[in-house]
Amino acid sequence: MNHTGMINPFIKLICTILITYWIGSAAYAQPPRSGYEFLTESTREMQDDEFANPGMVAVERGQKLFNTPGDSGKTCATCHGEDGEKLNPKKIAQYPVFNREFDEPFTLQKQTNLCWEDQLENAPLIDDSVDAVALETFVRHQAKGETVNVDINGPLKPYYEAGKELYNTRVGQLDVACKHCHDYYAGKKSRGQVLSQGQSNGFPIYRLGTGRITSLQRRLRECFVSFRATPFDFGAEEWINLEVYLHGRGNGLKIETPAVRY
Amino acid sequence: MSASRSIQTISKLAFIAAVFAVGSFITTVQADPYYTWQMENFKIKKPLGGLKGNAERGRQISIAPDKGSCLNCHAMPIPEEPFHGNIGPSLIGVASRLTEGELRLRVVDEKQINPETVMPGYYRHPKHFTLVAEDYEGKTFLTAQEVEDVVAYLLTLK
Ligand code: HEC
Ligand code: HEC
Repeated sequence: MNHTGMINPFIKLICTILITYWIGSAAYAQPPRSGYEFLTESTREMQDDEFANPGMVAVERGQKLFNTPGDSGKTCATCHGEDGEKLNPKKIAQYPVFNREFDEPFTLQKQTNLCWEDQLENAPLIDDSVDAVALETFVRHQAKGETVNVDINGPLKPYYEAGKELYNTRVGQLDVACKHCHDYYAGKKSRGQVLSQGQSNGFPIYRLGTGRITSLQRRLRECFVSFRATPFDFGAEEWINLEVYLHGRGNGLKIETPAVRY
Repeated sequence: MSASRSIQTISKLAFIAAVFAVGSFITTVQADPYYTWQMENFKIKKPLGGLKGNAERGRQISIAPDKGSCLNCHAMPIPEEPFHGNIGPSLIGVASRLTEGELRLRVVDEKQINPETVMPGYYRHPKHFTLVAEDYEGKTFLTAQEVEDVVAYLLTLK
């Protein structure tokens, strides 16, 4: 009697720990799955219908910017073809890339901002401003259906590793890391919300919860705030590293920009 | 006339400043102390700070999104709330599986049991946290009283 009373809690404990690690390692071994697979039928339909997808507003805004002449007289279309027909979807799907000239990783938004400033000679776009996100959304939309293909073994490797470390670091008063929700519990419910793997292939996404087009960095800042953690500033190297890691972790997924998510 | 007006204004301002000063003084003085606790055989037998919990309040804390929000991850016998998470095990009947001391440890700091857990340590020592937002610096997720309220509620889940 006494004997079983002693053993039971101990066995329960070991089981809990083993099961958690087992779930964890099983999730690591799982192939990447798009957030799309975890959506309700009606949200999927909204994303799939170009007329119903509210993210298309940002694509259209980006398209206008793409065809608007800058102070240099050039438009983005001058180099990339009318409505981006000369953009290579395969190359877009490789972002973030390592920029040798600047000797640092370049996210797609950083690249579009650079062209805006250097080629069009416009006043710089503010990181994550409505226009910067619209331009990024339009460009990434050109690669919809393309396979995410980030080279994480070349010069991006150290940034990828740093991003992975942040992904696995507990932050905030909630004291959780990304892996605790997205690697261990994808498919489980957090109140009514189904947890996905936290993949980045749909970004910029339209968020039903906030009613706005949302870049990956803005989403990460929103996550941090919900853990009662201090988010890094837009453009901070921590976010860039995490962006490199998330896109690389999602290699093989299809680009869905603009995806619709909660 | 105008001199007495300005004196009036100044004394009003001084009064407001005094109220603020006293206010901030009170909050610093009254900030909750951190009650140390002891774990023995994976139990915390003694209530935090010797406080007595209230089960009805504990039930509310388990629901409130900015408090325990236990429903985020656990099913509980709270039928008026439509959405219950299933990240953690159901807590229906949990008091017939775990003792008071075992329940308290799980609410206070589940990481003592499972270092890899997703469950927040509601009374984990704030010194363990990193990058905490300013408003929450040095604070536990729940107060000692709130933890005791939740424990009292869990004990009703036979
Ligand atoms: C406490 C749970 C929790 C933690 C920890 C967490 N997230 Fe999330 N995350 C969510 C929920 C809930 C959603 C919305 C549902 C979904 O898409 O998974 C979400 C959504 C996302 C998305 C959007 C996915 C998509 O398909 O559009 C990304 C990307 C993401 N999280 C990344 C992260 C990263 C990176 C971290 C760590 C900094 C993190 N999350 C930590 C709960 C969490
Ligand atoms: C973010 C998710 C999450 C939240 C929020 C959460 N828990 Fe948990 N809880 C878990 C998980 C997961 C387990 C399983 C054990 C583990 O992972 O360590 C657990 C285990 C438990 C257990 C042990 C159950 C058993 O049968 O052994 C109790 C009791 C418990 N939680 C109570 C609570 C209470 C009370 C609250 C709110 C004040 C709460 N939890 C909030 C995720 C959570």
